Amino acid sequence: MNTREASLEALLRQRDVEAFYYHEAELLDERRYEEWLDLLAEDIVYFMPLRRNVQYGSQDRAENTREGLDAAWFDEGKQTLTQRVRQIRTGIHWAEEPLSRVRHLITNVRISDTSPEDAGDREIEAKSNFLVYRNRIDDETDIFAGQRTDRLRHENGGWKVAKRVILLDQSTLLAKNLTFFF
Amino acid sequence: MGNGALWVDSDNGIISRDIFVSDAIYTEELKKVFGRAWLFVGHESQIPKPYDFFVSRMGAESVIMTRDKTGQIHVFLNTCRHRGMKVCRYDQGNTRVFTCPYHAWSFSVDGNLTSAPGGLAGVPQYKAIYHDELDKSQWGLIPVAKLCNYKGGVWATWDRNAPEFEAYLGGMKIYLDAVMDHRDGRPGGSEIIGGIQKWKVPSNWKFGAENFIGDLYHITSHRSVDMVSIGPSGAGRRDAPVVRREGGKRPPPFVSVGFPNHGHGLIGALPHYEEADYVPQFTLTPEVEQYYEHIYHARVANLGKQKRVLAAVGTIFPNLSFHGMQPRALFTWHPNGPREMEIWKWYLVDADAPAAVKDVLRRYYLRYAGPAGLTEQDDMENWNYATAASAGQEAGRYPYNYQMGLGYEQPAPDLDNAVYTTAVTEQNQRILYHRWAQYMSAPEGGSLHPDANANLGEILARRRT
Repeated sequence: MNTREASLEALLRQRDVEAFYYHEAELLDERRYEEWLDLLAEDIVYFMPLRRNVQYGSQDRAENTREGLDAAWFDEGKQTLTQRVRQIRTGIHWAEEPLSRVRHLITNVRISDTSPEDAGDREIEAKSNFLVYRNRIDDETDIFAGQRTDRLRHENGGWKVAKRVILLDQSTLLAKNLTFFF
Repeated sequence: MGNGALWVDSDNGIISRDIFVSDAIYTEELKKVFGRAWLFVGHESQIPKPYDFFVSRMGAESVIMTRDKTGQIHVFLNTCRHRGMKVCRYDQGNTRVFTCPYHAWSFSVDGNLTSAPGGLAGVPQYKAIYHDELDKSQWGLIPVAKLCNYKGGVWATWDRNAPEFEAYLGGMKIYLDAVMDHRDGRPGGSEIIGGIQKWKVPSNWKFGAENFIGDLYHITSHRSVDMVSIGPSGAGRRDAPVVRREGGKRPPPFVSVGFPNHGHGLIGALPHYEEADYVPQFTLTPEVEQYYEHIYHARVANLGKQKRVLAAVGTIFPNLSFHGMQPRALFTWHPNGPREMEIWKWYLVDADAPAAVKDVLRRYYLRYAGPAGLTEQDDMENWNYATAASAGQEAGRYPYNYQMGLGYEQPAPDLDNAVYTTAVTEQNQRILYHRWAQYMSAPEGGSLHPDANANLGEILARRRT
C-alpha cells in the first residue's frame, strides 16, 4: 500500500468510527436503549473511575480510582447495563420518570491500532471527547464533559464496544445522579 | 431563632417545612447542631501510614485528618490561621508539612506551626519581619475539641462540653458495632474500599438523615429496582428471599429501634443471643457463598451466647447514616446551604476477606448505591423535589405529617433508653427531629448530655397501649 492509499485507508476508518459514534449517540438521545445495548459486546467492561485531587507527581497512580479494585461511578458489564435499561422501561423509575432530555456531542475522535489488520477479531482503540447535556422536569440542567477510551471490536461487519473507560472531568459529582449512559 | 419547638412538635408528629429550606434556620443549625454534635470524619484505613492525610468535612467546613509519626490521629480545620487559605487542597496523600500557598505559613501533621532549625519553615522571615515576637505555639491549625477512633471510624466534635463519644452513642453502640465489626463477629476488622463517592444533591441534608433513620414506608420508590432484580442472588434489590426450614432458628423480626435521649435510630433486629440459621445470599457466585458460609460458622463460634443485633439501616445524630448489612456503607449528609447537601459515601468490607469476595461486594454496592446506583437514584429524586416544595409560600403554611405509629412506642427490651415499634413507623424521625430541636434550643454551653434528656419518659408516658 503506498502512502496515498494508506492515508485514504486511515481516512475511511476515521469516517467509519465517527459514523459509528454518531449512530450510537443518536440511539441514546432518541432513547432507543435496546438498540444501543446491541452495540455493546457481550463482555464489555464499562468503567468510570472516581477522580481525586492529588499532589503533582502522584496523578498517574492516585488521581483515578482503579478498575476492578476501588469504588467508581460505574464498574460493570452488560448485565448491569441491561438492568439499567430495563429499569427505565418499567415506567416507575422515578429518577427517569418522566424521562430526561439527553444529548451527546462526541468529538475529537482519535484512533490507534491495537491489533493487526488480519487478526480474526479486529480491535482498535478509539478515544473521543464528549459533552453530555441533560435537562429534566423544568429547569434541572447538567453538563458533563470528559473523555471515553474505547476498545472497538469489528464483528459481523460492524463495530461493537468491547471496553469503555469514561473519564468525567469532575471530582465531586456536580449532579444528583447518573441515570443515563456515556 | 433559638427555639426548636417553634418548628418541631414531635409530641404530635407535626414538623414545619421551614426546617428544610430556611436560610436563617440553616445558619443556626451549622452553629448549634454541627458545632456541637459528634460528627463522622473518616476511617483509619484511609490513613494507614505516618504522615498520611485525608481531607474531610465537618458540617459545611473542610477538615484534615492526619496520622502523625507516632501513629496518633488528628483532625484540624483546613484553614491557615494567618489569612484563611486552605492549607491542603488535595483529597488525600502523604506529607510532612502543610504549607499554605498564600504566605507559606507551614504546619506539621500534628497541627503546629513548624519550627525547624534555621527558621525557614513555619513562618517565613520570622526573625526579620515578625522580629521573633510571634508566639508560634498559639497559631497552629485549629484542632477539634474531642476526637474518638471507634473501631476504625474517626469521629470528632467542636464542643469541649460534649459527652464522651460512647456516652453520646448510648445504647446505639451495639448497632454501630454490628456495622463496624467483622462479619465473623470479631470486633473491628473492617476497611474502606478505596475511593469516596462525593456528590451534590439539591436537597436539605435532613431528608437523607430521616430516610435512613428508619423510613421503610418508601418501598414504592424502589419498586422499579425490585422488578429488575440486582440482588447478589439475582432477586430483588438486596438479599435473596429467605427460605427457612421448618422449625429452624429465625432472627427476631426487624423493627424500628430509637434512642429518644440521644437522637439515634435504626431498622434492625432487637438483641438476641443465638445466631439464626444460615441463609445463602450469594448463590450467583459460589466462591463468595462458600466464604460466607465459612464466616457464618466462625461467627457462631466467636459470639457463642453473647448478645448481638442486626442493623439494616440507621442514623447516628445528626448526619451519619449506615447500611449495616447490604450494601455495607457509611455515609454523611454534609450541609451545603439549606437546599443542597453533599453526600459522601464510604463502602465497607472485611479487611481480610479474599479479593474475589471484595470484588463481588464492590460491584454489588456500586450497582445498588450512590448516584449511579439503581436503588438510590430514586431516593435523590424524592429528596430533591421534597426540598423544592418545602419552600412554597402557600405550601409553607402546611407542616409535614410524622404521625405514623405515634403513641405505639414500646420500651425496647435489653437496650438502654430505647423504644421500638413495628418496622414501618415514624417513631425514629420524631426522635431525630426532637433531638435536633433540642440542639437548636439549647443555649451555648447548655447541657445537651443525653442523660439530661427526658424524651424517653415523655414518649412512654403518652403510650396508647
